[in-house]
Amino acid sequence: MSDSHNNGGKFLVGIFDDDDVVLKAVKEVKEAGVRIHEVYTPFPIHGLDVALGHPRTKLGIAAFMFGLSGTLTALSLTAYTEKFDWPMIVGGKDSYSFPVYIPVIFELTVLFCALGMVGTFIVSNGLGPSVKPLMFDLRTTDNKFAMAIDLSKNGLGEGRIEQILKESGAAEVNVKQF
Amino acid sequence: MHVTSSVRTPLVTGGKTYADVTEDVSRQVEGRPTREWTIAFTISVIVLIYGTACVCWTWWEGLGVWGLNKTVGWAWDITNFVWWVGIGHAGTLISAILLLFRQKWRTAVNRAAEAMTIFAVLCAASFIVMHMGRPWMAYWALPLPNTFGSLWVNFKSPLVWDVFAISTYFTVSLVFWYMGLIPDLATIRDRARSKVSRYIYGALSLGWNGAAKTWARYEYMSLILAGLSTPLVLSVHTIVSMDFATSVIPGWHTTIFPPYFVAGAIFSGFAMVQNLMLIIRVVFRLEDYITVEHIESMNKIITLTGSIVGVAYLTEFFIAWYSGVEFETYAFINRATGPYWWAYWAMMTCNVISPQLFWIRSVRRSVVWTFVLSVIVNIGMWFERFVIIVTSLHRDYLPSSWAMFHPTLFDISDYIFSFGFFFTLFLLFAKFLPVVNMAEVKAIIKSSSEKLPVSVSGVAKGERVANPTFNKDAE
Repeated sequence: MSDSHNNGGKFLVGIFDDDDVVLKAVKEVKEAGVRIHEVYTPFPIHGLDVALGHPRTKLGIAAFMFGLSGTLTALSLTAYTEKFDWPMIVGGKDSYSFPVYIPVIFELTVLFCALGMVGTFIVSNGLGPSVKPLMFDLRTTDNKFAMAIDLSKNGLGEGRIEQILKESGAAEVNVKQF
Repeated sequence: MHVTSSVRTPLVTGGKTYADVTEDVSRQVEGRPTREWTIAFTISVIVLIYGTACVCWTWWEGLGVWGLNKTVGWAWDITNFVWWVGIGHAGTLISAILLLFRQKWRTAVNRAAEAMTIFAVLCAASFIVMHMGRPWMAYWALPLPNTFGSLWVNFKSPLVWDVFAISTYFTVSLVFWYMGLIPDLATIRDRARSKVSRYIYGALSLGWNGAAKTWARYEYMSLILAGLSTPLVLSVHTIVSMDFATSVIPGWHTTIFPPYFVAGAIFSGFAMVQNLMLIIRVVFRLEDYITVEHIESMNKIITLTGSIVGVAYLTEFFIAWYSGVEFETYAFINRATGPYWWAYWAMMTCNVISPQLFWIRSVRRSVVWTFVLSVIVNIGMWFERFVIIVTSLHRDYLPSSWAMFHPTLFDISDYIFSFGFFFTLFLLFAKFLPVVNMAEVKAIIKSSSEKLPVSVSGVAKGERVANPTFNKDAE
């Protein structure tokens, strides 16, 4: 994950029971002047990334570029094989006949785009079969929502942050040391 | 802010909480295999072994063991291929097109439907490889440099388009399905008690931890994958239909084939989803997630696509007469009244007439009726492909070469092979992977459940349920 460089830090983890509460809490905790490390949830909560101030993902650009490379691959493959390397007239069509290549061009565009985008997603999130996940609370893949706060990056004291978390609706606050 | 209609019935019944979803779905992954599962799996494996032996014999002896002859060069092999590809259309339709249309009921069925898609496409591909006769030369279908002066594949041929379409469809569906599985695999990893399952599910879940940033990217990626899969799923059966439509055989040379095949594919795919889901929901006790509403929604799609197919049959007939082409007219009259009349009328009854029963509300909400009609639809769709392929070929332009096709033991056994293959894979999936997408169901539970899991500050428990019109929802 992108937070692997934080290994060795001490975190305060607020556990929430509800997605609406945690979304509201993110705003409140930020207003109280606490820097939130990240929020971990069992399912996507819309608006959470915006509330946390995460930049908009550039995955779309990657997807477009990979798709374009698929289009160009298919265009050059069909042109090279049918026009230059071994020209052939089939069905009375010109040796290079663009409309009949549309299916292949389309399929390769989709293939390159999908695989490239998913690969980018896996790499950019630091995912992989041997990756050990940084879990702040094992219940966040079940029914709990965890807000992690890096104590080394916050000026406020541990007791004060715990109080802020509790006030914004955290059911429990734990300390997590990596 | 998402607005949910107050007249809509809940998608998840029984007042489930987030923890209930995890528990109900993970239960069968974590527990020991049930007796029913073990029996079903044993039967599937026996069928698979028998089928594999028959397929090997087909390759050893050559395609002469099939009932093909000089006139009918395509019969059960291509019928089975088109039938399985068609079935493989529902999964991606549910997960991609219904995602774009914001149909939230898809969340309970998309996982199993996508798994079905992947296995059905594998079955379809197995018939292509069988039909090659020399499977060790299957790579000839790919544009690879070779020793024949680099004689390339013919990119102008729909058969080559098919290679690209089916392999792309399989790959993208597999990736889409696997990406959807990752958060749920992480759930199972974090609940795992044994070291082995923690290791396996840990590796499969790729170190997922549900960070908000990852989720935001994940959702964005799912949306693009859905956008890519939507034209892809439509292109696959379009291209399959072009295998026929670009030929000059009367009965095949038809411009309505692409939309007609796509509708037929969705039709049979949903019927297969119904058959599988109706069993899964009972065996795994998931009636609260796969409700009668889900069954009804899918039956509506079956009725719509079945009617499209019906209109296509009539249009073909009309155009055959209206075109004034003698051979075209004969091909269709021969279908309905020739020696294969029974196949034609089986197709008409199963595909056009029987799904019209779903106009009756009590029929389309009945589990038994749905199951029976779905089986009938799939029988009908198999006959449709048989009718298109065999009846168009068996009486060609030269009456002296007219022939009949009679299936041999190996035609039948190679078809049985695909059932063994499909159900073995599907049962393995149903046992070792979560059959319902837990993360997606949790995301819709508030807008669609009967009660809230917990009260939200400022909003009393139950209040938002009494007035669900302005429920804020994960969508």
